[in-house]
Amino acid sequence: MAHEPALDTDVRFGDKVLRLDNVVKRFGANTVLDHISFEVRQHETVALLGPSGSGKSTIMKCISLLERVDDGQIWLGDTDITDPRENQDRIRARIGVVFQQFNLFSHMTVLNNVTLAARKVHGWPRKKAEEKAMGLLKRIGMDQKAREYPDRLSGGQQQRVAICRALMMEPELLLLDEITSALDPLLVGEVLEMVGELKRQGTTILMATHEMSFAHDAADRVIVLRRGKIAENGSPQEVMDHPDDPETRQFFAAYNRV
Amino acid sequence: MPDVSAQHVSAVEAEREQYRQKERRRSVLTSIASSLALVVLVIVVLRLSPGWPRVQESFFSPEYFALAWPQVLEGLWLNIRVLGVALVGVAVLGTALALVRMTKSAVMFPLRVIARFYTTIMRGIPMIVVLYLIGFGIPGLDLFGRIDKAVLGTIAVVMSYSAYIAEVLRAGFEDVHPSQRASARSLGLTTGQTMWHVILPQGIRKVAPALMNDFISMQKDVGLISTLGAVDAVRAAQILVAKTYNFTPYVVASLLFILMSVPFILLNDWYSERLRRREQTGGMV
Repeated sequence: MAHEPALDTDVRFGDKVLRLDNVVKRFGANTVLDHISFEVRQHETVALLGPSGSGKSTIMKCISLLERVDDGQIWLGDTDITDPRENQDRIRARIGVVFQQFNLFSHMTVLNNVTLAARKVHGWPRKKAEEKAMGLLKRIGMDQKAREYPDRLSGGQQQRVAICRALMMEPELLLLDEITSALDPLLVGEVLEMVGELKRQGTTILMATHEMSFAHDAADRVIVLRRGKIAENGSPQEVMDHPDDPETRQFFAAYNRV
Repeated sequence: MPDVSAQHVSAVEAEREQYRQKERRRSVLTSIASSLALVVLVIVVLRLSPGWPRVQESFFSPEYFALAWPQVLEGLWLNIRVLGVALVGVAVLGTALALVRMTKSAVMFPLRVIARFYTTIMRGIPMIVVLYLIGFGIPGLDLFGRIDKAVLGTIAVVMSYSAYIAEVLRAGFEDVHPSQRASARSLGLTTGQTMWHVILPQGIRKVAPALMNDFISMQKDVGLISTLGAVDAVRAAQILVAKTYNFTPYVVASLLFILMSVPFILLNDWYSERLRRREQTGGMV
């Protein structure tokens, strides 16, 4: 590979939490991911950038085992999660995922949404699950809304509850797949603020996003995807401020114009 | 609705409201007048028809009404019991069929084919034929000894209706947003847990009005078990008609069936209205 993980020797972060090794994904004749390799280390925040259709979401889906890779390996800690002999449900429970929209189960209250996995997957008694969930909701100021249904919340509140739900079982990795893309611009801020707070607390985050300035300020590392390949992988300053590659420069320039 | 009467309104709105009130009064009066006109028209036409006294005597005779009422009511109790059992049976079999049709695993292939075949065939056969096949075919096999006609009728109703319900449910399950399934799976829920805790409750909600409509229709079709000889409300009426040569017992049976369906129709309307309001659609149009 042309791009060695740029911060491999960075002492700020802990062990490797996630490692993609030559991951390939095809949809029919279309190669969506073409030998993708990168790592995310503990406490690190990595932003996946790239135009629509560049493969960001597909990477997220492969990591969360919602899509099967066609070649290569994905390691979560010491587990090769692409190994079909592994229990996929157990692995999914180790990763927190938030999507663009329709995350919360509309027929359940906020509290039941947040506690569902604890109760049904991990077998916690309801009381224990609810105590922990209320603690998490309180931290984002949503404890008053615990008994409300998701359709009574704003889009930003819904996404923040979805993040809470993803964090409930203390996942090894948090995947955020364009979580602000469907939001009113005025609500984007409160969600990004929460992500920033999680980062400060040391959560390991991989996020696909179009929020360039947020990626620049919050990410420890940015990866730029282009046509299913990694075009850039480095610190936000290296990649975003002074890109050597003309196509990368063009990509960021287009965002700056909007 | 918030109480706006206490709030201050501008002169423009007050004038508009006055106009709306006038319009409302006028439309109420118009509807009363047109309803009255229709009733009068129907009465006049009936009265003018030369055969009306005979029709009235055969279908709407008070004496026969009083005579038929207790017996037909007793028959209705059978309909209600059959309906109760059929409801549970249809819910279970219909859901099972819908779930089987939605599976993707290779192991389920034969079941999937059977379920597909079943729903296709059952929705095509007239209900009465299913009733005959089960009601007369199964005893004809001489395998199980004597089976109550009402039991066989219930089985036929369940078999026929679960095919319709299965397809309605499947549409509902498939209408649940894919992100909901993805969210559930990424929390670590298994396929079965995702189905039970997320897809099933949401899918059923989506098609609740259609399900209730099918239920009301089933309530009426439960009367068809009379063709097998089970003494339900329709059969009880039939027996009386044969004895008296007066058709009023049929009217009694119909009236009882209507009464039985009213609570469910109201429930259906109430639920649809609640859904509509929750989604805040409608507005002025």
